[in-house]
Amino acid sequence: MSGLSRRFARIDPRHLPLLGTVAVFVLTASYGSFAYRGFFSAQVFLNLLIDNAFLCIVGVGMTFVILSGGIDLSVGAVIALTTMVSAALVEHRHWSAAAAITVVLVMGTAFGALMGWLIERFRLQPFIVTLAGMFLARGLCYLISIDSISITDPTYTAISQARLPLWSGEASITVGAVVALAVVAAGIYLAHCTPFGRTVYAIGGSESSALLMGLPVARSTVLVYTLSGFCSALAGVVFTFYTLSGYGLHAVGLELDAIAAVVIGGTLLSGGVGYVAGTLFGVLILGIIQTLISFDGSLSSWWTRIVIGALLFVFCLLQRLFESRS
Amino acid sequence: MPGSLRQRVLGHRLLWPALALLLLLAVNGVFNAGFWHLQWRDGHLYGSVIDILNRAAPLALVALGMTLVIATRGIDISVGAVVAIAAATAALMIGGALVIKDGVPVHTSRFPLPVAIGAALGVAAVCGLWNGLLVARVGMQPIIATLILMVAGRGIAQLLTGGQIITIYYGPYFFLGNGFLFGLPFAVFIAAAVWAVLHLLMTRTALGLFIQAIGINPAAARVAGLQERAITVCVYVFCGVAAGAAGLIISSNVKSADGNNAGLLLELDAILAVTLGGTALTGGRFSLAGSVLGALIIQALTSMIYSIGVPPEINMVVKAAVVFIVMLLQSAEFRRAARGWIWREAMP
Repeated sequence: MSGLSRRFARIDPRHLPLLGTVAVFVLTASYGSFAYRGFFSAQVFLNLLIDNAFLCIVGVGMTFVILSGGIDLSVGAVIALTTMVSAALVEHRHWSAAAAITVVLVMGTAFGALMGWLIERFRLQPFIVTLAGMFLARGLCYLISIDSISITDPTYTAISQARLPLWSGEASITVGAVVALAVVAAGIYLAHCTPFGRTVYAIGGSESSALLMGLPVARSTVLVYTLSGFCSALAGVVFTFYTLSGYGLHAVGLELDAIAAVVIGGTLLSGGVGYVAGTLFGVLILGIIQTLISFDGSLSSWWTRIVIGALLFVFCLLQRLFESRS
Repeated sequence: MPGSLRQRVLGHRLLWPALALLLLLAVNGVFNAGFWHLQWRDGHLYGSVIDILNRAAPLALVALGMTLVIATRGIDISVGAVVAIAAATAALMIGGALVIKDGVPVHTSRFPLPVAIGAALGVAAVCGLWNGLLVARVGMQPIIATLILMVAGRGIAQLLTGGQIITIYYGPYFFLGNGFLFGLPFAVFIAAAVWAVLHLLMTRTALGLFIQAIGINPAAARVAGLQERAITVCVYVFCGVAAGAAGLIISSNVKSADGNNAGLLLELDAILAVTLGGTALTGGRFSLAGSVLGALIIQALTSMIYSIGVPPEINMVVKAAVVFIVMLLQSAEFRRAARGWIWREAMP
């Protein structure tokens, strides 16, 4: 008895939200495996990563923004702009894939940096600045073209179709999924092993305390939005591989999915508490809900949105309970 | 002591939004020769200006609700979803068909019209109540509390409509969005009436002061003995009902309900209208008339973009530019920096 309680005591209360998220994922996955034939296979789980690679990348950037106490609503629009600019450069201007990808990555990073600068320099609310950024990015898409541009460039199609076999060819993953995993690994390193990561946590905990401690608050705030802009552009590149097209209406509402993934991943919206790894599981939970609904077959697609809303509600409620207890 | 007329006009809060609207209307008039032309036909007024008024009415309604929410330091990003839910409810309860009874075509609806409208507004009020309780009772951040309904709300609206666009066949219902009263569109009267009632409530009772107090400092307002939580919940309920009314007007105007696209991005337009009207996004100071002006500005801008002949896709870029400019002008840091830049240039 005492041994059991000691083992419970050893779990750091800060890890509880993360453990809750992992538990929800494991429970949902085991429910699916028992309820549906063919659900428990390596490829089904790898598909979670393949189909949500862009969401995962955006989620990592969003985690840093929310950890610093801000929010970024422009991510979906930046993805759309990235797909649109890539498609226009490659198809209409006949640029090489490498040049187009470099340009869009720089563009997304600069876009994020500009928003971060406005937020930091003029003390504007992140919510309204990134909202305007969202309008701007979507509007720029429509300036390029109101129609979808499909990509036939050989490099793009080759990367899009490339599969890396795992377990001697039993299952495979795409380039996008590998990029997503790499971004998660880089995010974990950045958050926990660098001065920048510690500063972001400190700003989210209390901005004025971080300032008094002599931390580079202004620079880090701008960097957080720059990072989110870069992640959105990278996600846009992965999205371009995924759909092989550029369109102004790509990734509508993705910012909400990304916020939902971060919240379900156990990051507190008030900032300062959370883990990048949690966001990965948040994305996987969103993905597995979609997979469950498609395996069921009798439920319509809009149930996905209702279930995500309900999950968001439960996790926010738990966060509040958690906050009031500590 | 009231100052001179000139001071009062120059210092008035609504001066800038009003000037912006007049400027937009003037540009409209230059590019579109028939812009100011009003026509009296079949007992109704027709013309571009009337069209702007009519189309701005639903946005103005949502913006009025949003103004009060923002005044309490909140935000409601679920209004677009509430518009879709209210429209779906009304469309489901009315349905409607044209039947020939005794040789006369008669419109029939599944439920009487007042019941259907009441039910739609009731559902919208429940949505607002849900938001209000999450914000005031549970203590969630307003943007997250309303994000939940924004995500789930579209799903609920699609659940109601079965994923289809429901077409409404019931003449009397179309009066809300297409009818005319005294020669003017009926929707304009709805928006004007809601504004008038709110204006009286805010200026003739202490409610306006209470809402401002909550926005400036919620804790101090509670200590001062205000029913802070109850007022906050009421404000969200009102915002829900206003969005529901806008949903009714929109669905009546297009004679259908689309769970996926009705009121899409409306929350952004509403926030833009409120910002343009001079309401501070940080809570406290608010202006109902300013928000109505803001809604008119957005509609006049849209109309101008169409009449100049640039592709309508540029609309979003222009809106983004307007938001950037307005929020920079509202920022004290920016005004200080701008003053510094001008000062430096003036002293070579």
